[in-house]
Formats: sequence, C-alpha cells, structure tokens
Amino acid sequence: MSGFHCYDIFAIPMQAWFGQLLLGLINGAFYAMLSLGLAVIFGMLNVINFAHGAQYMMGAFAAWLLLGILDVPFWASLVLAPIIVGLFGVVLERLLLKRIYHLDHLYGFLLTFGLALVIEGLFQWKWGSSGAPYPSPIAGGWNLGFMYLPKYRGFVVVAALAICLATWFAIERTRLGAYLRAATENPTLVRAFGINVPRLITITYGVGVGLAALAGVLAAPIQQVSALMGTNLVLVVFAVVVIGGMGSIMGSIVTGFSLGLVEGLTKVCYPPGSNTVIFVVMALVLLVKPAGLFGQTK
Amino acid sequence: MVEPLLKVAGLQAWYGESHILHGVDFEIGRGELVTLLGRNGAGKTTTLRAIMGIVGKRRGSVTFEGRETVGHPSNQIARLGIAYCPEERGIFSSLSVEENLLLPPVVKPGGLSLEDIYRLFPNLEERRRSQGTKLSGGEQQMLAIGRILRTGASLLLLDEPTEGLAPVIVQRIGEIIRQLKERGFTILLVEQNFHFAATVADRHYVVEDGRVIDMVTAADVKQSLGKLQAYLGV
Amino acid sequence: MTARNISLFVALVLALIAPFVAYPVFLMTALCFALFAGAFNLLLGYAGLMSFGHAMFFGMAAYFFGHVVKAWGLPPEVGLLAGVLGGAALGLVTGALAIRRQGIYFAMITLAFAQMIYFLCVQMPFTGGEDGLQGIPRRALLGGLLPITNDFTLYYVVLAIFLFGYGCIYRFIHSPFGQVLKAIRDNEQRAVSLGYEADRYKLLAFVLSAALSGLAGATKAMVLQFATLTDVSAGLSGEVVLMALVGGLGTLSGPIVGAYIIITMQNYLAGFGEFVLVIQGAIFVVIVMAFRKGLVGEISAWWKARKHKA
Repeated sequence: MSGFHCYDIFAIPMQAWFGQLLLGLINGAFYAMLSLGLAVIFGMLNVINFAHGAQYMMGAFAAWLLLGILDVPFWASLVLAPIIVGLFGVVLERLLLKRIYHLDHLYGFLLTFGLALVIEGLFQWKWGSSGAPYPSPIAGGWNLGFMYLPKYRGFVVVAALAICLATWFAIERTRLGAYLRAATENPTLVRAFGINVPRLITITYGVGVGLAALAGVLAAPIQQVSALMGTNLVLVVFAVVVIGGMGSIMGSIVTGFSLGLVEGLTKVCYPPGSNTVIFVVMALVLLVKPAGLFGQTK
Repeated sequence: MVEPLLKVAGLQAWYGESHILHGVDFEIGRGELVTLLGRNGAGKTTTLRAIMGIVGKRRGSVTFEGRETVGHPSNQIARLGIAYCPEERGIFSSLSVEENLLLPPVVKPGGLSLEDIYRLFPNLEERRRSQGTKLSGGEQQMLAIGRILRTGASLLLLDEPTEGLAPVIVQRIGEIIRQLKERGFTILLVEQNFHFAATVADRHYVVEDGRVIDMVTAADVKQSLGKLQAYLGV
Repeated sequence: MTARNISLFVALVLALIAPFVAYPVFLMTALCFALFAGAFNLLLGYAGLMSFGHAMFFGMAAYFFGHVVKAWGLPPEVGLLAGVLGGAALGLVTGALAIRRQGIYFAMITLAFAQMIYFLCVQMPFTGGEDGLQGIPRRALLGGLLPITNDFTLYYVVLAIFLFGYGCIYRFIHSPFGQVLKAIRDNEQRAVSLGYEADRYKLLAFVLSAALSGLAGATKAMVLQFATLTDVSAGLSGEVVLMALVGGLGTLSGPIVGAYIIITMQNYLAGFGEFVLVIQGAIFVVIVMAFRKGLVGEISAWWKARKHKA
C-alpha cells in the first residue's frame, strides 16, 4: 500500500500532477457554486437547504430528459433546466418552507432533509441508481505538453468562475442585491420601507435552487447522470460551508475553489486521504477559528 | 371639518403575549408636527410600530388619508405614504451610506431627490461610499432620517431622533425637522427630550400605560408645564 | 397506582412475554434501535443539540465489538465495553469540536464528521471495507455460563441491556446535571450568567449520548452478528433522527415508539427497495409541517387538553 510519498513529488509524472489539479479545480468549481447557493439561501431564509444536492441532481436530470425526449441541446438546457428546477423550488418555498420560518431553524433542516429523501428516492425508484451518460457538448481537447486539457472541462472551470463572480456582483453591486443584503440583516425594517420581503425570500430560494440546478447541468457531461449524484456531494459541501463560514459571498467562492485544489493535491501526494481531507481541514478550522475562515459569529 | 391625515382610534397592540397598547386614540392633521410624550415603557414606540404594522398583533383602527390600515402588511402601509425612522436607527451594516439612502423605494411622487438630501446633509455626501455603520451616532441618525425623505411619503414617524446625541447635533436635527415641516411633511415624533419636542411641535399627546391620557397644544405648554413634568416623572 | 406506573408495568409485562408472540430477532433489533434513538433523544430533546451524525457512534461500536469478539476472541462483555468506550471516546473528540458552534452549524459539523468516519471505515482494513465484518460469533456470557446462541435467551439479555441503558438515561435526566442541561437548553445565556459552564454540560451530554449509542451498536452486532458500512452511514444517522421525531422529541418513551414504528415499516416495505426512502422522507415532511410533537408528544398533549376540559 502506498504511504505518504510527497518526497516522490518529482518522481510523479507532471501529467498526473496537472491532471489531478485540473480535477481538483473542477471539483472546487462545483463546491464553490453549491456552497454559494447554500450561503445565499441561508442568509435570507435561515434554512440550510439539505435538498440542494437533490436539486443539483434534478438539474442534471432535466438536461438529460430534455435531450432524450425533446432533443434539446446542452446550451439550451443550461438556460431551461435552472428555470424549471428553480420554479419547482419556488413552489416548495411557497407551499412548505414559508410556513416554518417562525420555528426553530433546525426544523428547516429537517424539512429539506425529508424533501431530499423524497426527491432522491423518487428518482432512484424511477431510473435506478446507476448513471446514464450525457454527451459532452464540446468534444476534443488541447494537448498542452505537460497535460491534456479536455475542452469541456476547461469550459466548466471558466463557466463556474463566471457564474460565481456574476452572483457576487449581483449581490454586492446591484440594487436588488442591496435589497437582499438589507433583508438578510433586518427583514422587518426592509418590509416597513415598502419592499415585499416575502416575495424577495421566495425569489432568493428559487434563484439558489436554480444555481444548484445550473451546476447540475454543467456536471452532466462530466459525471454520469444518476439519482445519487447529489447525495455525497452535498455532505462535502456542508463541510466546505462550515470551513468558509457563511458570512461572505466571496469567502464561499474562494473556499470552494481552494478546497477543491487541496483535495486534488491530496490525491497526488496521499491518495487514500483524498476522501477525508476536507473533513480534516474542517476539524482544524474548528479548532482555530470556529466561525469559519470568512465567517462572522452571528 | 378637514379630514385628518392620520386617525388612530382604539388601537390595541400585543408583543407576543404582552398587551402593550390598551386603546390609543389621537389624530394628526396634514402638515402638523405632533409628539407622543411619556415615560419609558408607556407605549410610545409601540404606537409608532403599530401604525407601521410591525407589531405582533393589532386591533382597532388606524386610518391614513381615510383608508384603514389595520389588517394590512407593513409593506403595503409604507406604500400608502408612511415612512418609519426607528429608535435604533436600523442602518444596514452590509450596505454603504449611499446604498442605505437609496434602499427605501419611492412610493409616491414628491419626495426629495438624492441631491436634495445631500444638500440637507452634506456630511453624508462626503461619506457616501463608507459602510453604513461606520458613521458616528449623529451621522447615522441623519442617514436614518435622510433615507425616508426620498420615498415621497407624506407622514414621517420619527422615534427618538435625538437620543444619545450631543447638543450641537440635537440642534441641527431640530433645524432639519423644522425645515421638513416647512416643506409640508407631516411628522409624528416620539421624544423623551421634552424641551426639544417643545421647540418643534404643534401639539403634544401624553401616553401612559398604553393609552393617550392628555393633549396639550404648543400655545398652552407654558401654563401646563407643571402638569407635563408630573406626567413625565421629571 | 398512577396511570404512569400502570402503563410502565404493562409495558414491562409486554416486553417479557413478547418473544412468545413475535420473532425475537425482530424484537431485539428494535430494542437496539430504541436504545439508539433514546440516546439520540437525550442529546436533542434534553440538551437541544441535534446531531446528524450519530451513526458514527453506533457503527464504530459495532465494528469494535465485532473485532474484539471475532478477531481477538474475547468474550462479548468485553466487546460491549469496547463499544461503549469507543463510542464515548469518539464522542469526546467530535463533541469537543462540534460544540464550538451552535444550532444548524452543530448539525452540519456532526454530519461532516460522520461522513469522515464513513470514508475511513471504507478504507480501514479492520472493518472489512465493503463486505463488513460478518459471522461474528455469539460466545457465551458470564464466562461461559450463559449461552446466547438461542435467540430466545439472547432476547432477555438484550432486554436487560436496554433497560440498563434507558435507566442511565432516566437517571441522567432527573439528576442535577439533567436539570442544568434543561436550563441551558431553554435559555443558555441565563444559565451562563448564573455561573454554569454551558459547554462542559453539553459535552457531557454528548459523550453520554455517544456512549449509549455505542452500547446499542455493539449489542446490535452481538444480535445480528455483523457490522457493515450501513451502520456508519448518513442514512442511518437520518433514520435515528426520524425515529426520535416520529416518537416525540423530549419524551422518554417517544424514541422507543418511533424505533418500533420505523423498524416495522422497514420490514414491511423491504420489497419496495428505494421507495422506503420516499416514505421516510414524506414522513419527515409531514411531521415537521403538522405533527412536530411526534406520536407520543401529540397524544400526551391531547390527553392533557382533555383532562383540562373535564
């Protein structure tokens, strides 16, 4: 069994290094997108959306179904799937979530946990748990010498970055974002100024869910589209969120990408640790800065 | 008989289980500046919050421009033309000064423009990009007042605007309030500082134990001084 | 004889005659999970801390038991002790870190730790990875005097363990420690201002809950004679939350009722595969939306309301 061989670094081919770092960057992109959605939802609703992984999976499935049934190409699904799943999120919020805001926040956690079980269970029941492939919309790749970069994967990293930065911009630099930030701080006062805060909350949840679904569409050509693709991912994203703290948008983005890279690095130096390294980082952060790297103790 | 702008009748309000207001009655005419006086815990702030619709439960009647507002959510009440400046000021720390100023949406035409507000409060213009809560107490108070002037609201609810501020700033705020009155705003003021209230108000209502127990006009203040001091426990 | 004492007596009699009418293995499994749910409820219902990773204590204890009894050939008492101590130790380490945050963060942290344990269990040789530890022998207890290969006999042993575990819970709740814990749960700031170190009490409750979960897990390994990855899975963590919820948080008998309901349901729906998850999820949703007090909680609230009307 291979042990800790980091002194072997230069014995590990460059291909393996960069291959893993790219993989790490891609994973980090998804961690960032998903923890961003979770943070936005948590800020406004004070609910940890356990169903986030299931909604990510729904996005991938939407793209797969749109392709299989209606021959809708990937690029159109990038727009349609988030809208469809986002609307579903709006229904969930209006019907269920809205009625429990006055309760202890743990009930929101339990409710979304139950919803995740229902959604994933239904998808698993109907389509089984083995994955279905989704064709890559950009074939081929570039041979960079020190590594082979598939075009689609390069696109995913750039797209994820663009999405994260666009979300950051929307929240930190626009009028609607100001409404969101203010309502997160003091929803009663914002409502007393004439802003329909309940509607703002519904929209926020819908957009957060849509973000998860968008990540799902991007993931479809890379992973197999399966009912369980969100389950394990969401648990890691929770750890990412605890590490970053949910205080800042930029913090969530940076933490997500960084942890993806850390995971990739671990895969090169010490493969058996790659599954658990993020949790170990979480333990360390809790020891040193419990509020999270970018968090403020609320 | 001119219809009052705001008419409060038999207003009761609860915070959870606590029954704070037991039947408040008063009215304000258009363009008037009226104060609510009373000791701590009398229910003055609760009255403002009840008018705005942000207490737990209300009963009774609050009509604005003839329209009943009890039973309506606070965002609809704001859109009728009422604006609220809370006691704790409520400046948003995640917004800059300018974002704070631009946050309350314009609900009716006739409000001040951003330039007008900066002319009224030049020190806010200087600090427009700063984080809202990095301002001093006096500046935050001016920001809290300034941001509701843009909305076009005709009735302003001001809760203890001079609390905890230095005398020179209190004076400045008094000037501003007088200017606002000249511009035609109707103002309902809650004040602990009676001397300040006396310099700006047309009428004073005295609140005790969740009820209005007396009313004194500006003209009668001098001769009612003893009575008022007794009410306020001064 | 109060109504409460009568119902306790009846329950005890039922428990004693149960193996004559139902399958002992089913009953024993239910008892293990009832203890597990009770241990979880101690933390949530009385300390106000929701752990979403409790399976790590249950499962690791099962592995410890299996390893001690099968690989080291020691008697089952030692295995049970290993389970309890293992659970407690794991509880101490994870609890010390998790308690640094409150509420939802606490739940997420416990979930993350449990996931970490899960991955470790996949890789560690002593757990047997995907296959798990199978064929754990049922050695006799009390130095060979009490053979337990017979399900019937084993039932009474498990019942004794269950009663002991629940006895611990009961004693803890009604002890001074328990009262302080309730005070902290209801108003932490007040308790702290009165001089109580809230974190210490919470950690104590956490470790106790983990130890009892370990007892449940080790007992389960003793009964069913295997320990697998399912025992440390997030699914199991969610199930124990469901059991406590269904039965009623903060009630003593709630978790027992909840465990029986969920185990029975799983038996009946075993043929439906993944649909069990849908049902479980739906139950979660329905309870959170409409029956937050759980079965026992709602019934006792209804009973109290009736008494008041009379």
